[in-house]
Amino acid sequence: MAESAYLPGVTIQNADVLDSPRHSALVRVTHWIHTLSFLALVLSGIAILLAHPRLYWGETGAREGPSLIDLPLPFVLDIPIRGPGRYLHFLSAWVCVLTGLLYVLSGLFTRHFRKNLVPSKTDLGWKPIMRVVSNHMRLKRPTEAESQSYNVLQRLTYLAVVFVLFPLVIWTGLAMSPAITSVFPAIVTVFGGQQSARTIHFFVSVALVLFLVIHIAMVRLAGFKNRMRAMITGHAAARKEPS
Amino acid sequence: MSNRISRRKLITTGLATAAGVSGLGVAAVLAERYNLIPPDHGGIFGAGETLTYAAQRILTSHHSLAREFNRSDISKVIPINGKPPETDPYQRLHAKGFQDWRLIVDGLVARPSSFSLADLKRFPPRTHITHQACEEGWSFIAECTGVPLSYVLNLVGVSTKAKFVVFFPFDDSWDSLDMPDAWHPQTLLAYGMNGQDIPTGHGAPLRLRVPRQLGYKSVKYLSRITVTDTVKNIGKGMGSIAPEYGYSWYAGI
Repeated sequence: MAESAYLPGVTIQNADVLDSPRHSALVRVTHWIHTLSFLALVLSGIAILLAHPRLYWGETGAREGPSLIDLPLPFVLDIPIRGPGRYLHFLSAWVCVLTGLLYVLSGLFTRHFRKNLVPSKTDLGWKPIMRVVSNHMRLKRPTEAESQSYNVLQRLTYLAVVFVLFPLVIWTGLAMSPAITSVFPAIVTVFGGQQSARTIHFFVSVALVLFLVIHIAMVRLAGFKNRMRAMITGHAAARKEPS
Repeated sequence: MSNRISRRKLITTGLATAAGVSGLGVAAVLAERYNLIPPDHGGIFGAGETLTYAAQRILTSHHSLAREFNRSDISKVIPINGKPPETDPYQRLHAKGFQDWRLIVDGLVARPSSFSLADLKRFPPRTHITHQACEEGWSFIAECTGVPLSYVLNLVGVSTKAKFVVFFPFDDSWDSLDMPDAWHPQTLLAYGMNGQDIPTGHGAPLRLRVPRQLGYKSVKYLSRITVTDTVKNIGKGMGSIAPEYGYSWYAGI
């Protein structure tokens, strides 16, 4: 009795795994909204940065004083890209943050992070991590079995992007607002000042762009069409139509 | 089976849409009622502006104070942005050391008035050392001395219908504050900077100082202040000249 009840359970579970999409609808929709809003944020961020491509540490900084880093970029003040850039930056920031909240809350609620992104304890050792790193160095394509789930490097990277880089870029963005810091002064004083927050905002953005570049390179390596199809339709390979 | 699912889906989607639309409707009515919609709410970027303005107005509704600093934090270099007005009236007043300059205050007030620099300096002053950031990216800390705008507004008697205070300098630009920032205790009509009369390049004889917003809201070279219930009939009706160049009216960022 117990056995017969158990077996159908297994079959159904397997059928479920085969039939269930690689990415849930919510992950797919938020992924593409994020893609659009992130690209808008990067473009408008560059438009804003070009007005003053100099970075400082502490509370203040100006052209007439010392800087932390002079980026090898021109000062673009006469071409009117900054105003519209600012409007676009804040609109896409709202889209990005609200979608991100939806993604994180649903990921916690459906245990998506725990099931698919938190690495198992055995994978967190030096050896398994180095094995994945060496596979990457040799540009070795994952086996079919391996590509069914994320390896330890992917898991750690995605977790870092979702729970470290994005929160930090939002935080440092808010820390530049004189209205927000009038309510929560600590969000800027922990960084040592408004200009420090601006500098960190810049470097976290660079890290996020680097992630995007590597992410696209990895998707290409793993099979661009298949991965794109998985993130659009939910299913990796085209499903056979019933004849 | 598939029929039942699609019907269930239809009902859920319908309910969600109805809830969403009525939610937005309620939000719009509340936002209008509590003055949470900025004058530059139109256009493709309007939704972002409205969200930012509404969220920050709710967060700062208790008159939160901008951070203040010590004398030792005052910046050694305070850059000057833009040039003083080249208009005739300004140049003439400047040549005479602003002796004949007067600040006009009119609009929805009980007692339209004008004040000389000496009048303003007789009122109880307030001094604060605050951070001012330019939207370009640079920033400085300076000490500002002036009369709180709220003091002048109380003197002239502002109507309860007032929604904006509009600032006209001696050039073509103009800007406005909503009432929360107009009544804010740190909002100054500043005539002094770092212990001296405000230098020409920084807005002599009188500039606005709004520490909870970016530098461009701190209008220099003031000539007239008008209290109004609408900014629709000024310029392009977006609350300031800034949105006409693509910069948001509300700059608390």
